[in-house]
Amino acid sequence: MNPEKVIFGFFIILAATLNFGFFVGEISNPDHHPVYELFAVIVVNLIATVMKFGDRTQLGALMLATSLVAVLQLLSAALIWTVSVYTSENGLTESAIASVVSLSGGALMANIISVVLLVIETVIMRR
Amino acid sequence: MDTVLYLVFRQMRRPLLTLILTYSIAILGLVLIPGKDADGNVWYMGFFQAFYFVSYMATTIGFGELPYEFSQAQRIWVVFCIYATVIGWFYAIGTLIKLIQTPAFQMAFAEKRFARIVRARVEPFYLVCGYGKTGSELIESLLDHHQHAVVLDIDEDRISELELANLSEQVPALCVDARRPLHLIEAGLKHPHCAGVVAITNDNEANLKIAITSKLLNPPLKVICRSDSKDIEANMASFGTDRVIDPFDTFGIMLATALQAPCTYLLQQWLTGMLHEQPGDPVYPPNQGKWVVCGFGRFGKAIYHRLRQEGIEIVVVEMHPELTGQPEGLFVHGRGTEAETLSQAGIEDAVGLVAGTDNDANNLSIIATALEMNAELFTIARKNDKDNEELFEALNCNMVMNPSGIIANKIRALLASPLLYEFMGLATYQDDEWACQLVSRISGLIDERVPEVWEVKIDKAQAQAVMQMHTMGHGVTLGRLVAERYDRDQAMSIIVLMLENHEGRVLLPGMDYRVESGDRFLLCGEQAMRHSLEWNLQNINILEYLVLGQVKQRNQVVQYIKKLISK
Repeated sequence: MNPEKVIFGFFIILAATLNFGFFVGEISNPDHHPVYELFAVIVVNLIATVMKFGDRTQLGALMLATSLVAVLQLLSAALIWTVSVYTSENGLTESAIASVVSLSGGALMANIISVVLLVIETVIMRR
Repeated sequence: MDTVLYLVFRQMRRPLLTLILTYSIAILGLVLIPGKDADGNVWYMGFFQAFYFVSYMATTIGFGELPYEFSQAQRIWVVFCIYATVIGWFYAIGTLIKLIQTPAFQMAFAEKRFARIVRARVEPFYLVCGYGKTGSELIESLLDHHQHAVVLDIDEDRISELELANLSEQVPALCVDARRPLHLIEAGLKHPHCAGVVAITNDNEANLKIAITSKLLNPPLKVICRSDSKDIEANMASFGTDRVIDPFDTFGIMLATALQAPCTYLLQQWLTGMLHEQPGDPVYPPNQGKWVVCGFGRFGKAIYHRLRQEGIEIVVVEMHPELTGQPEGLFVHGRGTEAETLSQAGIEDAVGLVAGTDNDANNLSIIATALEMNAELFTIARKNDKDNEELFEALNCNMVMNPSGIIANKIRALLASPLLYEFMGLATYQDDEWACQLVSRISGLIDERVPEVWEVKIDKAQAQAVMQMHTMGHGVTLGRLVAERYDRDQAMSIIVLMLENHEGRVLLPGMDYRVESGDRFLLCGEQAMRHSLEWNLQNINILEYLVLGQVKQRNQVVQYIKKLISK
């Protein structure tokens, strides 16, 4: 067992699961999408991205790309959340939380691809 | 090189993770710990406010406690956070900057940049490996003739020298080992515009490796190598290297030419010289009598053998015969800078002296001492360093020869104008009288600066008008082709040095020669004449006037108007 692989796999799967946790629920209901979860998703995704740095294989490059996509989506979601909470007069409207959740849904897609790639890599290693 | 990049990225993981962790813990703590607003109500910090606060706390900017004054609980947390995030920040940023500054990383980037610049080239260029004395002269000579170059050298100092050199255009240069094929490819070995490879490093083996790589990866490419070993030379030739240049032998031949055929030597100097140079005057070294040659190194030996072949009596002066070996003939042990040695060599009754050591100070001293003892002496100095030009001039040397300059000009002629090189070869078979006449004809054409020498091929691209005349059934003689376009009875100030057609090569072809398609001409004249001649070659109206003596109106609008008027 390679401890580096354990940590690597842990963060990638955690990123996907947390993302899923934030995503599920009624899309325009802020109560179903707590901001703490969004924070956790962003932090774990950032860590997962950094962990993928410096892998020269083709699969590694693809994994880094999916992570970068996820981070980009999540950061835009965070930006929309911040702008609507702190600067708009109406606060967090239904449409704002809907776009935050749908962006995180996109990130979820990327994270699922990441997990699939991780599984593929493991299968290849097995052989 | 990619390995380095990946390694650096891998090493970035730890500092980046540290940064993310300390930030997220600090932010989370601030969000969870309750504070009080201005009215004393319980208030929780939002994620955005917490991120804002941590950002200026970690970077030690410190705007204060925003948006409300902190509660004691918050301050306790912030105390921990200050130490954690500030240390984390400094560690991460410090490590990242250190990684970026790693020489290997910088090199990798320089290499990428260089490869990108070379890839973007749209004009033909030459790949020069080795930027020593000859290399720098070659680059200067190429740029002087409006050619382009790319340089590789293994020594970083020489690359910085190139960057500091006052050149007319920027020459991409990279400090790498040119023996590795990868680097040659980066420098454009497979580039469609790469016109040739010149391997003039001071390492024969390296030159051989470069020649092999070039010939294997891009067989049609012209490859010119420097080698002073006969073995390596044969090896290079077996790989199809186009020309192997032995610097010492080349210099010896030039010196012998200068002694035996001063006009031929001058002709070579003029035709291959730098465009901004002033043409030199002919000098006539005495070729009867005794010569003293100081220095018996590789140059000295080449000179010695050449002069011996010419049947000249020679005395050699050498300081370290145990290293260089002794010549068969007369020999004096000593530096040559002191009167005693020179007197032993019989300087008083010698006619000429060659100061051919590899040290300019010694060469200067030898000549100064010798001239004091025998003022009639004809002196030839070997100039090793370009910067010492004025010193040799002040000494009133009869001839100053710069080996690297001579070789650089030869290589340039080989690269840029193969006809010129052929012409030089044929010219050495002519007697000196022929060369003297040609030199005086050339000197009639030019003032101040050496002539420009260029090639013209009679084909669609370079001589459209001539081809059109041929299809119309008119023959064009050489005399008509190089006539002045304002007055066809006057010849342009151009000398046609050589003609190459399917039958062979002709030196100084006659003016009544009928120009055929596929002919190649080597021309020489003032620099403006090259452009002037293009009118004759490309413009059908002008050529028609030159050949037939009349101008036919081709402009359809004008023809139409004329028709109308005549009606």
